[in-house]
Amino acid sequence: MQFFGGSEISPSPPAPTVSGNNAHMVYVFNRNGVCLLYREWNRPLHTLNAQQDHKLMFGLLFSLKSLTAKMDPTSAERGNLGVPQLPGQGCSFHSFRTNTYKLSFMETPSGIKIILVTHPRTGDLRDSLKYIYNLYVDYVMKNPLYTPGSPIRSDLFITTLDQYVRSIA
Amino acid sequence: MPPAGPRSGDAIFASVERVNAELFTLTYGATVRQLLTDLEEVEEVNKQLDQMGYNIGIRLIDEFLAKSNVSRCVDFKETAEVIAKVGFKMFLGIAATVTNWDADGTCCSIILDDNPLVDFVELPDTCQGLYYCNILSGVIRGALEMCLGRDIAPYLKIVTDTQYLAFTKVSMKTEVTWLRDVLRGDDAYELQVKLLKQVPEEYPYKDDE
Repeated sequence: MQFFGGSEISPSPPAPTVSGNNAHMVYVFNRNGVCLLYREWNRPLHTLNAQQDHKLMFGLLFSLKSLTAKMDPTSAERGNLGVPQLPGQGCSFHSFRTNTYKLSFMETPSGIKIILVTHPRTGDLRDSLKYIYNLYVDYVMKNPLYTPGSPIRSDLFITTLDQYVRSIA
Repeated sequence: MPPAGPRSGDAIFASVERVNAELFTLTYGATVRQLLTDLEEVEEVNKQLDQMGYNIGIRLIDEFLAKSNVSRCVDFKETAEVIAKVGFKMFLGIAATVTNWDADGTCCSIILDDNPLVDFVELPDTCQGLYYCNILSGVIRGALEMCLGRDIAPYLKIVTDTQYLAFTKVSMKTEVTWLRDVLRGDDAYELQVKLLKQVPEEYPYKDDE
């Protein structure tokens, strides 16, 4: 596999056959941009170190949100491109799809961002992201010994998340 | 899977696991009692209860959002209504009403019709300065601090020099005080919630990191 695509147009990966192998990775960010959880199931290619990778993902979401709001044909209130966008202001995207992967995104009013990267042929995952948020609340936030803002180390949460993601994608 | 629209406080209250009300009331009572013993000063106990509530609030907000499906509030008025109608109902099973708005819509009162924390409680003479339910004001303060408002443009400080990274996020700083307390001889529980300012937070990463 070549990183920059090479001369031919890279085709979509083959349609998923075995279920449970179609999710690539998940990110959970908190309101301060701290990556609380990064988990990968199927990621053959790494180009950056973990910290740069998280930063890039955070930046990608920020820029995309800003762009989508700028292009919104229905809303009068739109900021200038690149100027801070307030959460809740303007519209927000929930997924995008390339020929090789699909990225689904959810942000809660408390600033928790959940990102799930899956096979491009996966369907709408908005309810699944909501479900993952519920898992986060039950297994992480409700744990009195978890310090808010610290990386998630709960085995129970990670096992449950693994199982759930395997069941949806 | 929860339904798509916001859920009412009653519906959530009916669907979640609950503990025996007496156990809850007595546990809270025991906590306050222990604080009075440990800290001795009533004023310190008030502070400690508020801080405990704050720590609960910053976590509780996520459970609230996950269960209630409430999306972003348009302004502080809506926020207050949601706290009273959905929040109190969902976590304590009680109804609350919002009144006494000031002219600019940044200060209001939440009135509790009933308060499960104070069953069996009478303030002795030695504890007259105690706000027995001060934990509640802390919870509201903590929850709102984590929450992002929308009606914020006037308060926003825009960082323009680092264009791409100029990312600010806003949280609500509030002051929550007890105006009336039945334990102190008033006829109702009245909490005043005042929006102090909405604080922008800067983008966490620097250019050269």
